[in-house]
Amino acid sequence: MAAEAMKEMPDLAKVQEAIDQAVPTKGSEDTDDYQYGFHYPDESVFRSKKGLRRETVEEISWIKEEPDWMLQKRLEALEIYFSKPMPQWGGNLNALNFDDIYYYVKPTDSQGKTWDDVPDNIKETFDRIGIPEDERKFLGGVGAQYDSEVVYHSLKKELSDQGVIFLDMDAGLREYPDLVREYFTSIIPSADNKFAALNTAVWSGGSFVYIPAGVKVDIPLQAYFRINSENMGQFERTLIIAEEGAEVHYVEGCTAPSFSSDSLHSAVVEIFCKPGSRVRYTTIQNWANNVYNLVTKRAVAYRDATMEWVDGNLGSKLTMKYPSVYMMEPGAHGEILSIAFASRGQHQDAGGKVIHAAPHTSSIITSKSISKNGGRASYRGLLKVAKGAVGSKSNVVCDALILDDESRSDTYPYIEIDEQEVTIGHEATVSKIGDEQLFYLMSRGLSEAEASNMVVRGFIEPLVRELPMEYAVEMNRLIQLQMEGSVG
Amino acid sequence: MGAELAIRNLHVKVEGNEILTGVDLTVRAGEVHSLMGPNGSGKSTLAYILMGHPAYEVDEGEVLLDGENILELEPDERARKGLFLAFQYPTPIPGVSVADFLRTAVSSIRLGPSEEGRTTELIPMREFRKEIRERMTELDIDHSFARRHLNDGFSGGEKKRAEILQMSLLKPRIAVLDETDSGLDIDALRAVADGVNRQLSSELGVLLITHYQRILNYIEPNFVHIMVDGRIVQSGGPELAHELEAKGYDMVKDLV
Ligand SMILES: Nc1ncnc2c1ncn2[C@@H]1O[C@H](COP(=O)(O)OP(=O)(O)OP(=O)(O)O)[C@@H](O)[C@H]1O
Ligand SMILES: [Mg+2]
Repeated sequence: MAAEAMKEMPDLAKVQEAIDQAVPTKGSEDTDDYQYGFHYPDESVFRSKKGLRRETVEEISWIKEEPDWMLQKRLEALEIYFSKPMPQWGGNLNALNFDDIYYYVKPTDSQGKTWDDVPDNIKETFDRIGIPEDERKFLGGVGAQYDSEVVYHSLKKELSDQGVIFLDMDAGLREYPDLVREYFTSIIPSADNKFAALNTAVWSGGSFVYIPAGVKVDIPLQAYFRINSENMGQFERTLIIAEEGAEVHYVEGCTAPSFSSDSLHSAVVEIFCKPGSRVRYTTIQNWANNVYNLVTKRAVAYRDATMEWVDGNLGSKLTMKYPSVYMMEPGAHGEILSIAFASRGQHQDAGGKVIHAAPHTSSIITSKSISKNGGRASYRGLLKVAKGAVGSKSNVVCDALILDDESRSDTYPYIEIDEQEVTIGHEATVSKIGDEQLFYLMSRGLSEAEASNMVVRGFIEPLVRELPMEYAVEMNRLIQLQMEGSVG
Repeated sequence: MGAELAIRNLHVKVEGNEILTGVDLTVRAGEVHSLMGPNGSGKSTLAYILMGHPAYEVDEGEVLLDGENILELEPDERARKGLFLAFQYPTPIPGVSVADFLRTAVSSIRLGPSEEGRTTELIPMREFRKEIRERMTELDIDHSFARRHLNDGFSGGEKKRAEILQMSLLKPRIAVLDETDSGLDIDALRAVADGVNRQLSSELGVLLITHYQRILNYIEPNFVHIMVDGRIVQSGGPELAHELEAKGYDMVKDLV
């Protein structure tokens, strides 16, 4: 299979060129109601010393018994990480003490083959989050990561029989070293940004997904990411390869307990959409309010391929996340739906980037943000059309809803069009929740809280409607919880 | 016991201007009162203040529902006490379906208020669906209407029908209908009037705000009041509406 994949090798030089061209976008209090705020005593079998040094990286690689090339990649990335300055745009990172973080926490000695093999305290955590119930009900495969390691993984037999690979990234590296070596860091090189370098240096866990040509996976594959330890850094790494005409929907859910000190989540996700393929990546993130969430997500789409990001950003202290789609060949289509909810002590700096690097490509960015109780939601996006990308179409719509006078919303749309023959639409609205709307709903017996709930639900409806039912329900429920967090 | 809404010497300000300048009016269950008056005379202001609109400020006077002053109550509390307002200009709520909204509204009125911020317990879907379908059929509203977004892109007539649909499900004891007859074609006017008439009973009092005598041919008022410059200048029986239709507001000019 690896050989077959090599044949389909994408033009990585071209990807790199497009990436280089795209200018990077520049630019706490706990809620008692955080439902996933429970945590179990830390029973990890190994944790690295606090802080990050060369030995930390060597130790991680040694424990994982990695090939030497991976260790070299990590060390190279570490140098880049140390050499790059802390970003001064987006959110404020000054309060985050990088020396006070555990960069690797191994919760258990072995991964569960069956649910029963998973250690009890971990099992209980995931039971409360809803696995493996969801697995039985509607998922094609499940991965569950607890701190630095994936503790459980499964894939329906029908799917593995068709050649679908869904493994944690470490197992992916062990079992398909050639594939991983081929694609790893090819869309997001270590030098891309400080946090991509950090992730490459200390990555652990994440998913490795390979869908063979023509295989359509019609039920979602889902990964759950859980931070359980205080001062923990979680650095999962995900690689998804959809061969020609393949289809897959990958979903990630993220939670963490509320500790008094900060945690860091810094993931990297790279996705290849080969000609005619279709990949949808849905995030339903609900971090506790002291998690810094600094994530780099990027996809390349080739001829007639479609890449969709559905990004639900709830919780966290600061999220900086701009999933991107590079459209490399004619007919490629990129779509980004982003929902952000910022409440007290939270800053959601989210959005998306679409890069039209070939003619007749199309993209849509739809962003909806809600800010409440002093929260701050920013839309930050890039729309780039390269010279020669004639006949490209793009539409960007960002709507912000502000629920009270303390809260804030900003829009930073970057648009770079180097081609004349294109169709571009850009629209941004900011609205305050209307007194007239609240009055109307309240005159029908709805309490004020319920009325604003309903207005918010209506506001995000155009995005939630796009989700499969289970996730739509989940998204509405999470928004509801955020709304209940602090009424009045 | 039937409801009684008593408005006593009501003075109301909007953004510093006195709009209502002393309104006295009592509406009891089983009665239909028609309120007429020129544009800008304060009819909608009265409707809003009765329902508790936050932009309006009471300067003087009181509003009693069954003897209890309701001016300090929130709009939802008033709704739960049986007050209803059919809006002259219903507010669009994008993304919220008529069915979803109405199920929540009916539930909060029938099952009581939600606990601080929590969603109301909802009445069973089946029961609700059956009921809303029956009411839609009566009002000649297509059943697919329940899936549309509330007042969003509704035609003028659809908005008015939707208001009466809401009234028929919420079953108020005192209903204020603010120009529910405006902008309706002949068939729609009949459907809406039938809808109101079907609900009339000894349990319901209605304050019908209108510019046209025409609606009163369908919904017969017991009393007609004329408001000019923020107060009621003349009251009488149904014949007053006919007289007004014939003579225009000149007839009350010297009463102001
Ligand atoms: N929110 C407001 N801000 C400023 N002025 C207002 C406001 N609401 C009402 N008014 C003023 O109060 C007066 C009475 O308005 P109101 O809507 O009550 O009249 P109305 O009798 O319902 O008229 P119509 O027959 O045209 O519906 C008008 O002069 C109007 O401009
Ligand atoms: Mg009016």
